[in-house]
Amino acid sequence: MKNIRNFCIIAHIDHGKSTLADRLLEMTNTISQRDMQAQVLDDMDLEREKGITIKSHAIQINHTHKGEKFVLNLIDTPGHVDFSYEVSRALAACEGALLLVDATQGIQAQTISNLYLAIGNDLEIIPVINKIDMDGAMVDEVKDQIIELIGCKPEDILLASARTGVGVPEILEAIVERIPAPEGNPDAPLQALIFDSVFNSFRGIIVYYRILNGSIKKGDIVQFVSTGQSYGADEVGILKLTLDPKPEVRTGDVGYIITGIKNAKEVKVGDTITLASNPHPEMVQGFEEVKPMVFAGIFPVNTDDFEELRDCMDKLQLNDASLTYELETSQALGFGFRCGFLGMLHMEIIQERLEREFNQTVITTVPNVSFVAYTSKGEEIIVNNPAEMPDPTRIDRIEEPYIRAQIITKPEYIGNIMTLCLGKRGILINQSYLTTTRVELVFEMPLTEIVFDFYDKLKSQTRGYASFDYHPIDRRDSDIAKMDILLNGDKVDALSALIHRSRANDFGRKLCEKLKELLPRQQFQIAIQAAIGAKVIARETISALRKDVTAKCYGGDISRKRKLLEKQKEGKKRMRQIGNVEVPQEAFLAVLKLDD
Amino acid sequence: MAGIYLHIPFCRQACHYCNFHFSTSLNRKNDFISALLKEMEVRRDYLGGETVETVYFGGGTPSLLETEELQVLLHSLRAFFTIAPGAEITLEANPDDIDIDITAASRLRAWREAGINRLSIGVQSFFEEDLRWMNRAHDARQAIACIRMAQEEGFDNMSIDLIYGGPTLPDSHWRENVERAIGMGIPHLSCYALTVEPKTALDTMIRRHQKADIRPEDQARQFLLLMDWAATAGYEHYEISNFSLPGHRSRHNSAYWQGKNYLGLGPSAHSYNGVSREWNVANNARYIEAPGLVVEKEVLTPVQQLNEYIMISMRTMEGIDLGVLAERFGAGQASVLRERAEKYVRAGKLKLAGERLQLTKEGKLLADGIAADLFF
Ligand SMILES: Nc1nc2c(ncn2[C@@H]2O[C@H](COP(=O)(O)OP(=O)(O)OP(=O)(O)O)[C@@H](O)[C@H]2O)c(=O)[nH]1
Ligand code: SF4
Ligand SMILES: [Mg+2]
Repeated sequence: MKNIRNFCIIAHIDHGKSTLADRLLEMTNTISQRDMQAQVLDDMDLEREKGITIKSHAIQINHTHKGEKFVLNLIDTPGHVDFSYEVSRALAACEGALLLVDATQGIQAQTISNLYLAIGNDLEIIPVINKIDMDGAMVDEVKDQIIELIGCKPEDILLASARTGVGVPEILEAIVERIPAPEGNPDAPLQALIFDSVFNSFRGIIVYYRILNGSIKKGDIVQFVSTGQSYGADEVGILKLTLDPKPEVRTGDVGYIITGIKNAKEVKVGDTITLASNPHPEMVQGFEEVKPMVFAGIFPVNTDDFEELRDCMDKLQLNDASLTYELETSQALGFGFRCGFLGMLHMEIIQERLEREFNQTVITTVPNVSFVAYTSKGEEIIVNNPAEMPDPTRIDRIEEPYIRAQIITKPEYIGNIMTLCLGKRGILINQSYLTTTRVELVFEMPLTEIVFDFYDKLKSQTRGYASFDYHPIDRRDSDIAKMDILLNGDKVDALSALIHRSRANDFGRKLCEKLKELLPRQQFQIAIQAAIGAKVIARETISALRKDVTAKCYGGDISRKRKLLEKQKEGKKRMRQIGNVEVPQEAFLAVLKLDD
Repeated sequence: MAGIYLHIPFCRQACHYCNFHFSTSLNRKNDFISALLKEMEVRRDYLGGETVETVYFGGGTPSLLETEELQVLLHSLRAFFTIAPGAEITLEANPDDIDIDITAASRLRAWREAGINRLSIGVQSFFEEDLRWMNRAHDARQAIACIRMAQEEGFDNMSIDLIYGGPTLPDSHWRENVERAIGMGIPHLSCYALTVEPKTALDTMIRRHQKADIRPEDQARQFLLLMDWAATAGYEHYEISNFSLPGHRSRHNSAYWQGKNYLGLGPSAHSYNGVSREWNVANNARYIEAPGLVVEKEVLTPVQQLNEYIMISMRTMEGIDLGVLAERFGAGQASVLRERAEKYVRAGKLKLAGERLQLTKEGKLLADGIAADLFF
């Protein structure tokens, strides 16, 4: 056990974590030249397409250091804020972390937040300045920033290029020499922490864990502590590029187990695995509950597919513990789920994964953050869904969540950022120069203002020279209203939105315009209205279809015409009926397609 | 009782809106005639010996055939099929083929003698700017002259085509077109809303903004006007695009709408025998190579047959006969249909006359959407 090292690579987005992982795997011959490709651990299609890491990825490395054999368990983590829950769970399986900083960018917002996560887990931090091969590398400056931030010695900081491989042997050396071996008692009863899982259509549910005490052998009867359920260990092993079965996985190691678990709900990330015959008396401390930032409905395109979607959501959640969901019903869309996401990117990824990995095309409704409504009777109602908002006449006040945003940027962009944040109802709390060329701005802002398009705006306002991190702080009184969309007077619940009153007119108008584009003409006029309570704030009209009749229908036209109308009929079946208006699927996605 | 359609796939020039199958090169006309004769032989049993009540030469432009060619075709038809003595035999003719030169009168007489007893003339409009805009081969003078000539030669049973709803036709001109046709005593009018078919020259020109697009509201208005004018003049609106004085309906086209069997000869022509429909390749060279042998076919499921019945009969004056429908497709289907139609009846788009569901005037503007909605 003294020859095991468990570590993860953490950094701000794009600072080179996955590329460094490539070099480590290459230099230790963990991956053959044939299997090698750039960011090899980003093995999801979506990760490769987007060029970012979405999931943490664990892999075991065999390494000989000064003639001694070591087992290094590496976990590559994502950098994007929306996936920070992946990072926090990876940390629980490690004793050390490589903190990467891009030499051309310096310390950025998620460098700091991920560092604090690691320190909170008592990890040994190895700071590494990456991308020193690049022209814009500011090694000395970044060194100063790091020393300032973590209070280390200059010689503790390693210099590397994950692209060229320079400095990587020194990183390997530091991993072995500076990161402590795991502690734990090999002879104690099994105690393993589940940090991830995945559904595999051939193998069933695969559970990933870190063993704190004892060991797991193939054939053991294991027990999942929080559910009390027992299963046979059909297969155990370690994680290489693929699963590598072993007779036994020992204390301090990271491994996987396959059992006959059928029900995805029985596997909980953060749960403890022990032996049924000889249970460990203690449960390992699990993970903090995720706090979803954005909520939206997910509905099957075809109402009949709800059960299938439920099954897929359960399976997807195995591999994404930050996804939360509960049943939701909509008049317009039938049965579906109210889902909680960590951000808009997370929401997009979930939708994409449902489609690609599970073949589920879904309708996603207007996202909103979580509000609290206090009624005049003193009730406190949590509102994650426009439908949960009590009638305005019953409401005393509404609170909306606020966050503290840290933005690190170059001084020349302060003006732009101030304008942006004040426009988003932000309050400047602090402004401090980290160095002469870097300034940190701290704002308090409503969460709802940042989850939707803040990140893109920030990027374009600063030409990419700003990084941003945020943490929920509290809730504050706010003038939030429920805006409904009505089609010929009938409310479309799936298009209702919770929105700050100052934004309502603009949003309502845009939404009505978009719907006008997306709704097909029908045989009668359609009035599209946006309303708050009884007050209409925006309106569009789609005039009735004037003429819809083929001129010629002779012997040679009949087949073609029939097929055309049959297709039209099929299309109609997929539409949802709101009062007398037929609404195509795309219309429900209108909100997500609004641009300013 | 059955019909035969012959497709003559040649035209002198291409009208911009047209998506029929035709070629403007007459090089292979001879080969085509031979092929057509061959196809008659190949498919002589298609109608199973049924008596042929109607023959229709369509196209393309059948009037550009030499009278000898027409004679040959009719002669062979009589050899291979049982043509009823009183059969309706229609020839589609373009004004420029009738008002052609000093031989006009004798051509018309030769058509009569060959057995043609009905003409369908592609007039489209009596206004020059319209004809130019459509790229028709004839002019406004010919449009009028050809009708006179045909009438003088005794073609009382005659139809003309008119097109409305294009950007070059104000309501006043549309009125003049219809009034002239009525005034000349033409007993049958086929009036088509100008349609921009995909991949036609018109489609391209509109997309390139070289021509003004058509406007549905103009078409709707001119259609409603037409219905009024025709009714006042005593014409029956017996199918969406067809109007006739009593006793002058097109028997051939009515047969399509009554679901009767028909044999289509020539490239792109469709045939139907009650359960399946087949159609020849829409390519002259390939047709000539193997006449009647390069065929696509669909066998209609009962639901498809029902849908066709709904789609077609709804377009006719008689409407959907729920009694007939119940007999052919089951009482259950008939009552489902009646129920589904209810909302259109309430909206004033359909009316129930006894057992018949008929389109109202407003409903006629929206026949396609209603049919699709009533489909099974
Ligand atoms: N020049 C240079 N480019 C590098 C180096 N390391 C990484 N890159 C490039 O930086 C980009 C981001 O690298 P990744 O390894 O995907 O970064 P990451 O930190 O894993 O990104 P996320 O997982 O999305 O947070 C890629 O284009 C890499 O090729 C380096 O040392 N030098
Ligand atoms: S003459 Fe008739 S078939 Fe020929 S191009 Fe014109 S419309 Fe089409
Ligand atoms: Mg990565």
